[in-house]
Amino acid sequence: MAAGVATWLPFARAAAVGWLPLAKKTMPKPPVDNSSRSDEILYVNVSGVRFQTWKNTLDRYPDTLLGSSEKEFFYNEDTQEYFFDRDPEMFRHILNFYRTGKLHYPRHECIQAFDEELAFYGIVPEIIGDCCMEEYRDRKKENQERLAEDTEANEAMDAPLPPHSTPRERLWRAFENPHTSTMALVFYYVTGFFIAVSVIANVVETVPCRPLKGSVKDLPCGEKYQLAFFCMDTACVLIFTFEYLMRLFAAPSRCKFMRSVMSVIDVVAIMPYYIGLVMPENEDVSGAFVTLRVFRVFRIFKFSRHSQGLRILGYTLKSCASELGFLLFSLTMAIIIFATVMFYAEKGTKGSTFTSIPASFWYTIVTMTTLGYGDMVPNTIAGKIFGSICSLSGVLVIALPVPVIVSNFSRIYHQNQRADKMRAQQKVRLARIRMAKKGTTNAFLQYKEDRALGDRDSDSTALCVKNRSAFEHQHHHLLHCLEKTTNHEFTDEMTYSELCMTESVGFRTSRSTSLSSQQGAQNNSTGCCPRRARRRAAMRLANSTVSVSRGSVQELDTLHMKITAIPPQTRSSLNAQLEDLKLNCGEQDFSAAIISIPTPPANTPEESLPPSPAPIPGILRNTRATAYTHDKIKVSSL
Amino acid sequence: MGLVMGTFSMQSKQVNYHKDKADDDLEMTMVCHRPEGLDQLEALTNFNKRELQVLYRGFKNECPSGVVNEETFKQIYSQFFPHGDASTYAHYLFNAFDTAQSGSIKFEDFVTALSTLLRGSITEKLQWTFNLYDINRDGYINKEEMTDIVRAIYDMMGKYTYPVLKNDAPKQHVDAFFQKMDKNRDGVVTLDEFILSCQEDENIMRSLQLFENVI
Repeated sequence: MAAGVATWLPFARAAAVGWLPLAKKTMPKPPVDNSSRSDEILYVNVSGVRFQTWKNTLDRYPDTLLGSSEKEFFYNEDTQEYFFDRDPEMFRHILNFYRTGKLHYPRHECIQAFDEELAFYGIVPEIIGDCCMEEYRDRKKENQERLAEDTEANEAMDAPLPPHSTPRERLWRAFENPHTSTMALVFYYVTGFFIAVSVIANVVETVPCRPLKGSVKDLPCGEKYQLAFFCMDTACVLIFTFEYLMRLFAAPSRCKFMRSVMSVIDVVAIMPYYIGLVMPENEDVSGAFVTLRVFRVFRIFKFSRHSQGLRILGYTLKSCASELGFLLFSLTMAIIIFATVMFYAEKGTKGSTFTSIPASFWYTIVTMTTLGYGDMVPNTIAGKIFGSICSLSGVLVIALPVPVIVSNFSRIYHQNQRADKMRAQQKVRLARIRMAKKGTTNAFLQYKEDRALGDRDSDSTALCVKNRSAFEHQHHHLLHCLEKTTNHEFTDEMTYSELCMTESVGFRTSRSTSLSSQQGAQNNSTGCCPRRARRRAAMRLANSTVSVSRGSVQELDTLHMKITAIPPQTRSSLNAQLEDLKLNCGEQDFSAAIISIPTPPANTPEESLPPSPAPIPGILRNTRATAYTHDKIKVSSL
Repeated sequence: MGLVMGTFSMQSKQVNYHKDKADDDLEMTMVCHRPEGLDQLEALTNFNKRELQVLYRGFKNECPSGVVNEETFKQIYSQFFPHGDASTYAHYLFNAFDTAQSGSIKFEDFVTALSTLLRGSITEKLQWTFNLYDINRDGYINKEEMTDIVRAIYDMMGKYTYPVLKNDAPKQHVDAFFQKMDKNRDGVVTLDEFILSCQEDENIMRSLQLFENVI
């Protein structure tokens, strides 16, 4: 709704007094307006920067956040102001919109940040004023292109295959990304080789070879070694046909594949051969047949699958279609004009080569592109004058659209470079993500240890607990609940592979310890002894010293070897004390330490537990995994 | 011919490297939803004004448009379970929150569900859970639905678990559940059976109170 409408309404209603004398019936009762009429100044505090404005200003646009009752959610009773934890620089522009009715886009800001602010305040970007609209649109388009490319790059390259992919899907992937498997790579290089061979054969067969015995004329090699060239051609065409058919078979959408440029090139490259086979050795038809052989040169375009640069060139030409079209159009206009002029200028001369206007086209083109073969030359003075004008204008006309094409090519080329760079950095990114995940697992496992310790001795919990934020605590509690639901625990990769390796070992030791565990353990905690068996196995495997890092669980396992009675002074000794407990399977404390929530036997159903991580906005906003507080966890005590 | 081509291409707009993204994209991202007033929400739920404010600020920060669609929900939920695949369970959870089956969660849905889960009575909480399990909303939980849910939960654990996750672990879990819940052994669990069985179980009752002071 435009600002004008809301502001002018009172005047329009007052002007209605003018209708009163004319009206035949009485006017309806006006709506009762209980809200206070007096205007007040509102204080809006955006991250510490205090803005003040009239309430009416904000009310102008009731379908935005600030104009509606939604802002009451952000009202702070204590300070009597509206507090928004957003960017104050951007808010300036937002507030200006309310004041002036025009939204401006600040050029130095990131387009996405601006969009997010607009979305937050409920303002539709269409309202951006004309002065800034173009810039906004351009940058938005650029950003979208970049995002689309990034997602394409992410999806296309090196994405692991879905586990249940049919051979057809695998084949298609092998064709599209040859780097994924060695077979595909081999095939890729083989086809490349054959394309080269085919093109070279095409070229060489026209080179004149020494003539046959008894003949004088030089023969082109193609006719001398006809059989050899024919065999080579056949081999190449067979390979290309095979490749084309395989691609056709593997393509997810056959119609779309058949309409794609590369497939058309493939077909055009191999068709002449088959047509040649079918065509009879007829003198009349062979002329057409020879023309068909020209199409064999299109095989060179098959190289574009192998070369990134060729594809870029193709895309550039496609994207510059309008500039190229303009170039062609203006050239055509100029050619026609100058050809006509030259023809009429040279008409009188005897023996002039300018026999007709179309004949003059050739002269004009040669002159405008500054080739100047000299096969057609003006003789009259008028002809020479117009000829020179023609060559000068040619230079200008051709030089004009070229920068546009160049800038387009540069843009596309750089985009491509970015894609390559991203692919190279992908590996590093994945490694970092893996490490972060490991960090989460280890933090969680550490939390469990600390929790177990905490249940036994509340003094020492303080030390461990302090180092973790409330968010982490709650997140770990959530993960812990999930463990309880499924009755499986989280481990990290190393321990898991150990488990798989030492499962047999674990069974042996568990039997020996089961007796002692039954004495002490009040509950049939399944996690008890197999875990201890795991530790025993880990002990055998690990022979390193006690290193107290919060890192791998393996190191924690080695910690378990220390059966000492170090008083709990340092962090390391805290852990030692904990492990001390754990090794005494027979003690009642052990089971309590491992599994703090008593686990009764099976057959209890799952229950619903309300979400755990509270929406503490301060912490949440700083961490990437901001809690979205309706997480649902289910705990089953099996 | 050049003339024709020239005039044709001059009139057409510049062809971008990628297809021109439709400007509908701009409109789509601007779907906005404004929640009901603070007072109405306070009346509808068991939260007071301050709590609602805190909740809304968090919500609004994450979803400036005021609604959450399923994709966003799945992404958010997956962040808490980096080990495994939380998308299937997030899907069921999403459907449970989206009571109107509109395809998106608004702040009201979010807050009413939270109110039930955190401040509601035992029966209400159990009813919410029943609705979560009852995927097709026919009033009965059958074994297939339960297996789907349980499998989705196990998926969240990921690969590296201890003990090693076996393929029939969900099935065993479901069998145990049905043994407990299905009183008349008719193969389905109704709401009353569910509530009755849960009330008989001390552990469930105790755990239900664990999370009352989440906010």
